[in-house]
Amino acid sequence: MKRTVRRAFPLFVLPTLVAFIVGFIIPFVMGVYLSFHKFTVVTNTKFVGFGNYVKMMGDQSFVHSLWYTVLFTIVSVITINVFAFIIALFLCKVFKGAKLFRTIFFMPNLIGGIVLGYIWQIILNGILAHWNITLQYDAKYGFWGLIILMNWQQIGYMMIIYIAGIMSVPTELLESAMIDGAGSFERLKSVVIPILRPSITICTFLTLTNGFKLFDQNLALTGGEPAKSSEMLALNIYNTFYGRVGWQGVGQAKAVIFTIIVAAIAFIQLYATRSKEEQM
Amino acid sequence: MAKTKVKSFDPSEKPAKNGWLLTLIFSLLSVFFIMPILVVLWNSFKVKSSINLTPFQLPNRQTFVGFENYIRGMQQINFFAAFVNTLTITVLSVVVIILCTSMCGWYIARVNSKGGNLIYFLFAFSMVIPFQMVMYTLSLVANRLGLTTPLGIVPVYLGFGAGLATFMFVGFARSIPLEIEEAAMIDGCGACGIFFRVVLPIMKPTYITVAILETMWIWNDYLLPSLVLQSDYRTIPIAIQYLKGGYGTVDWGAMMAVLILAIVPIIIFYAICQKYIIGGVVAGAVKG
Repeated sequence: MKRTVRRAFPLFVLPTLVAFIVGFIIPFVMGVYLSFHKFTVVTNTKFVGFGNYVKMMGDQSFVHSLWYTVLFTIVSVITINVFAFIIALFLCKVFKGAKLFRTIFFMPNLIGGIVLGYIWQIILNGILAHWNITLQYDAKYGFWGLIILMNWQQIGYMMIIYIAGIMSVPTELLESAMIDGAGSFERLKSVVIPILRPSITICTFLTLTNGFKLFDQNLALTGGEPAKSSEMLALNIYNTFYGRVGWQGVGQAKAVIFTIIVAAIAFIQLYATRSKEEQM
Repeated sequence: MAKTKVKSFDPSEKPAKNGWLLTLIFSLLSVFFIMPILVVLWNSFKVKSSINLTPFQLPNRQTFVGFENYIRGMQQINFFAAFVNTLTITVLSVVVIILCTSMCGWYIARVNSKGGNLIYFLFAFSMVIPFQMVMYTLSLVANRLGLTTPLGIVPVYLGFGAGLATFMFVGFARSIPLEIEEAAMIDGCGACGIFFRVVLPIMKPTYITVAILETMWIWNDYLLPSLVLQSDYRTIPIAIQYLKGGYGTVDWGAMMAVLILAIVPIIIFYAICQKYIIGGVVAGAVKG
């Protein structure tokens, strides 16, 4: 059978492979190449070695956006997962409307980042108007605004994953724990959470990468204002490419570093999931 | 593996004690939760000067303007064209992606050659690469090849979305028992016959999962089309961002109306395919 299938290569694989080479491989290789060059148009590039990387480290806005992103990611991972988990614990019970509430909490997840950004801009500016300020007044408002926005968007998604996990806990296990005299907190701590570990790993890493790669919401909510102080990494890279003439090479170098960080997170996840599976 | 879990939202458990209290608390929470959308909704009927500073005031006789904001918003950004563009790009890209990557995924799973495994590895690798890495060079390549129209962007989406989609199809194809396909071959089916008559129907759940994940991505995508498409083609997210930037001071009336217009199709889509969306998301998260 292998032979019959193998002959179908041009029809089965080629379309995807060609698109993949054009849409990913070539841009990726070109990107790595250009990160070592100075250029404004790609037909005229000058090799500068690690010059772009050195310039990047001296760029205050980049270093600031890196720390801003790290801090944002930490806070958003914790808040989203804690809220999603608590809501999941209630919404996995059987009561009137539980299903409808799940549907409602999940809904913001489907709305795109740009739309979300403007929805929350009007809400948060409306609240801040009581003190005569706006989101653009200080980076901390943009920060907490973005935290609220991302919580609103992602709690429902993570909740669904947690509910699916909680549902898979065998009822007999909970019953026997109850017979052994375990209270509801005990049961949660020693039965439910250990079984939920895969769900927790998935949700943690999803929120981690979502936080790190955040772009649309950041652009629409504050656009980096005031004076780039609420700019996250992805937006900083974008602005370096399209906002500063002659800095395209530096932008590409930043993108390479960004990629290495995101890839490292992904590999740690892979490792974490694998080793957990081996334990079981 | 996630499929079966998702459907078991209703375990045969007893109703919760104090169920009415939970219903009450969560009713209040839900209202609070959808409040942002309600606020945008009522502001879309208010005169634009009374939105920005007092969004929490309901429209009253002085501020109610009917559908004026909707008409102005739709005209300013040509919402209808943006909607058609977004729909065209999303539908075509998703159909092309699920068709091509499922065939590719099945091939990789069945042939199991060195070349196939290398492609598989590269697909997996591409899944972890953030868009910023290739955004500048990808827009150059797309430009050079003339892939800057709603039709041209389809292969770009296929290329950039191939990783995750193929990865999921390979995973599923490997779990299909070979005997069925071998039997089909003995009956005289070629590769196409086996795939379209036997494999495709079996893979239906994966098709739904991948289609939903890709739809959610492409419909809402802002950065890729904004860099690749010629400036006279706008998708809905691009049009909204344009409304913000194009007119100096933001016309919040038009903005509120357009935000509602952008949300309505999503809510309709969600209402129709809710079961599949939630199931697809969980399956995608577990595998991805």
